[in-house]
Amino acid sequence: MRPLTTILSLLLLLPGIAGYGKVLRTGRGEQFEKITQALLAAQPHDTIIVQAGTYKEGNIVITKPVSLLGKKYPVIDGEKKFENISVKADSVLIDGFRIINSGTSSIVDYAGVRICNRHFVTISNNILEDCFFGIYSQYGVNCTISGNKLAAHQVEEQQSGNGIHCWKSDSLKIIGNTVSGHRDGIYFEFVTNSVIWRNVSHHNMRYGLHFMFSNSDMYAANVFENNGAGVAVMFSNHVKMFHNYFRENWGDAAYGLLLKEISDSYIDGNCFDRNTSGIFLEGVSRVEMYRNLFKENGWGLKIQASCMEIVLKENNFVSNTFDVGTNGSLVLNTFTNNYWDKYEGYDLNRNKIGDVPYRPVSMYSIIVEKNPPAMILFRSLITSLMDRSEKVLPSLTPENLKDPNPLMKPVKL
Amino acid sequence: MKKIIKYILLDIVRNKIVLAYTGILLAISFTVFGLEDNTQKGMLTLLNLVLFIVPLVCVIFSTIYIYNSSEFVELLLSQPIKRKSIWLSLYTGLAGALALSFLAGVGIPLLLYDRSATGITLLIMGMFLSIIFVAIAMLASVGTRDKARGIGLSIMLWLYFALVFDGIVLFLLFQFADYPIEKAMVGVSALNPVDLARIMVLLKMDVSALMGYTGAIFKDFFGTQQGILVSMVVMAIWATAPLLLSLRKFNRKDL
Amino acid sequence: MIEVTHINKTFGKLQVLRDVSFRSEGGTCMALIGPNGCGKTTLIKSILGMVLPDSGTIAVNNEPVANGWTYRSQIGYMPQIGRYPENMTIGQVMEMISDIRQSNQKTDEDIINAFSLRQLYNKRMGTLSGGTMQKVSAAIAFLFDPGIMILDEPTAGLDPVASEILKEKILHEKAKGKLIMITSHILSELDDLISHVMYMQDGNLVFNKDIETLRKETGEDKLSKAIAHFMKKTDR
Repeated sequence: MRPLTTILSLLLLLPGIAGYGKVLRTGRGEQFEKITQALLAAQPHDTIIVQAGTYKEGNIVITKPVSLLGKKYPVIDGEKKFENISVKADSVLIDGFRIINSGTSSIVDYAGVRICNRHFVTISNNILEDCFFGIYSQYGVNCTISGNKLAAHQVEEQQSGNGIHCWKSDSLKIIGNTVSGHRDGIYFEFVTNSVIWRNVSHHNMRYGLHFMFSNSDMYAANVFENNGAGVAVMFSNHVKMFHNYFRENWGDAAYGLLLKEISDSYIDGNCFDRNTSGIFLEGVSRVEMYRNLFKENGWGLKIQASCMEIVLKENNFVSNTFDVGTNGSLVLNTFTNNYWDKYEGYDLNRNKIGDVPYRPVSMYSIIVEKNPPAMILFRSLITSLMDRSEKVLPSLTPENLKDPNPLMKPVKL
Repeated sequence: MKKIIKYILLDIVRNKIVLAYTGILLAISFTVFGLEDNTQKGMLTLLNLVLFIVPLVCVIFSTIYIYNSSEFVELLLSQPIKRKSIWLSLYTGLAGALALSFLAGVGIPLLLYDRSATGITLLIMGMFLSIIFVAIAMLASVGTRDKARGIGLSIMLWLYFALVFDGIVLFLLFQFADYPIEKAMVGVSALNPVDLARIMVLLKMDVSALMGYTGAIFKDFFGTQQGILVSMVVMAIWATAPLLLSLRKFNRKDL
Repeated sequence: MIEVTHINKTFGKLQVLRDVSFRSEGGTCMALIGPNGCGKTTLIKSILGMVLPDSGTIAVNNEPVANGWTYRSQIGYMPQIGRYPENMTIGQVMEMISDIRQSNQKTDEDIINAFSLRQLYNKRMGTLSGGTMQKVSAAIAFLFDPGIMILDEPTAGLDPVASEILKEKILHEKAKGKLIMITSHILSELDDLISHVMYMQDGNLVFNKDIETLRKETGEDKLSKAIAHFMKKTDR
């Protein structure tokens, strides 16, 4: 029993536990028929072990610090009417359940599991299916959400909530979850000092990760794939985005990563692969981007003129339709030592840095920016001729948007 | 008619220019794939080859060949053979030879290096453009007896399809920037086989960028089965309409 | 039988055929003569269907020429300047024409033999001299033993020996009752060949007479002189 041993050891680590609590067994033919009965009987720090089966008990409210362990994924069915589990105690553990069919409402945010204003709650290794909201942390502090699989199958954005929804929380650990089919895969609003690590968020209706007003967080090694609009990180500062994959976010307003009003952040070692726009930056300042890979995107980067003090260094731009797009002529950002596969310069002194600067913004990309239907002329002779002449004599493209030290070989990532 | 085609094909194959053309296509394709570690860049070079060089070679070679075979046509005309058969044989021979040499010159390297949907689309569009520009050459050369003028006209037509047309489109795009013209643009692209071929290949090659705002409309039309079918039909019309027009003229021409 | 009725043809502003009509039956050998640019070649090409007249009709063996093509199997045509695909050898051209016509009838190879063309069969057309080219043209014209022969300047470019061989052949064919139409500038050559003379000037068919009548009218024995006599008359 792997989960059991891990949980037991975890229990040892949890503060406030002096010794082993009792074990209460729940299930058909066991001590308790229902989970609510067991909860009623339990003392703080007891462990309730739930046998396989289907439990339709309406809204299960946990008011004592107990551990709820499911054996062979017992089903907790919300019957499309109730919030399956509401955690209203600290130090609660919920592990190994199959939580399905939470209520749906346009007024109340029903969730599979809700953490209400609590500390040290752990929701781990559960399967959540067709819940309105999946796991909802509201004023949660020091909570862990790990190893859960969340899937919903709604078609309309209105009928679906977010997978892992965190609001006004702090020091959360969101680790190794898989979210699909929700409105937003992972949603952060007013969440601070938290970590999102090794999650997979795919085929969600809106964003894979939606991140607002959340400062000093880090998300690393996640995969965001095929979400309706990619990933949005907005109105936040001191965010660290490391080694994530942003893949195949296609569509009119889809971005691998949408950055809006972000400052003092780091974007390192990420891979942007086959997105309409790899990164779209608007009102972003003091962001450093190192060693990212932009591959086969429509636009590698779209930098609006409202951005400043962005540093792009040692990134690889490979097979993008356009490397960089922009809407203005004023450039207050720094591009240096990046590898651009479209670079046609030379390196006479063999220092592996091209001797002439690279201008990543083509004239045609500016035309398309001003007049989107001009996309129909993409790769036609006339636009390539215009690009060529523009390279010799820049007139429309921003004069100082250039990489003065383009690398001859891609950076090894 | 089959026999005439046979003789025309034999003659074209014996003509060193078509062999050289095949050789150059082969050399370019192999170099492109051999040098570029990145097949997408290679495909891009091939796309330019297909969109601009192939039509140019086809239209000029065909025009010159038609003028040079005026003797042959006269010889056949004094024989009991229909004018229509002679003209159609000439077309079939030229289109067949040029399409085959394209197939060999670009198809073989493509099959070896990149058997993607993009490659296949590129190949089909290249074949279409080859025969379309043979048909255009037939039309250009049937009108005038003067070889120099005929070749001039062919080059002008090529220039029109490769460059001027897009220039006009760009101009119109900016003139009507305030109107919702995306859908009209889909129709406009059907007026130029080079544009149509380009869009068909791009939809496979640059999906990401074309999925943007306007791209979505193009994708919605050209990307669907129906759109592909319509495009193929339009290409087929482009391959036959100039030919039929030239045939009409040829039937009434004094030789 | 060739029947031309009221045909007109203009090239741009230039009217090259003006209301030309005539009828010839088998067994005649007619000379179509006249100054350069008088419309001879255009008339011939009209009969062959290479030039389409603006008005009027042409029939060959009662088959209308307009939109027809099968009638050409009964015509052997030797062009003024034979032009052939340069990459093909003589042999290939001959073979191709036989192949295309799919003629099962016995071919007339007299000319091929008389000119010893077989020895040149693997020479490319592009490398041939004008004379050899004419020999090839003649060989093709006679190859299928057609009932009507149209020879446009047949002896131009031929050496005297070849010229003589060709004349012999024409006489021979005439004797078989074929309709033969020859254009030539060199009138002296035609003397002993022809039975009729058609004279054209500025697109008009000035006269179409048999040679005896012509001689009687002009009192000249030689064709060239008879024509010259006639030309003088028209000038006045």
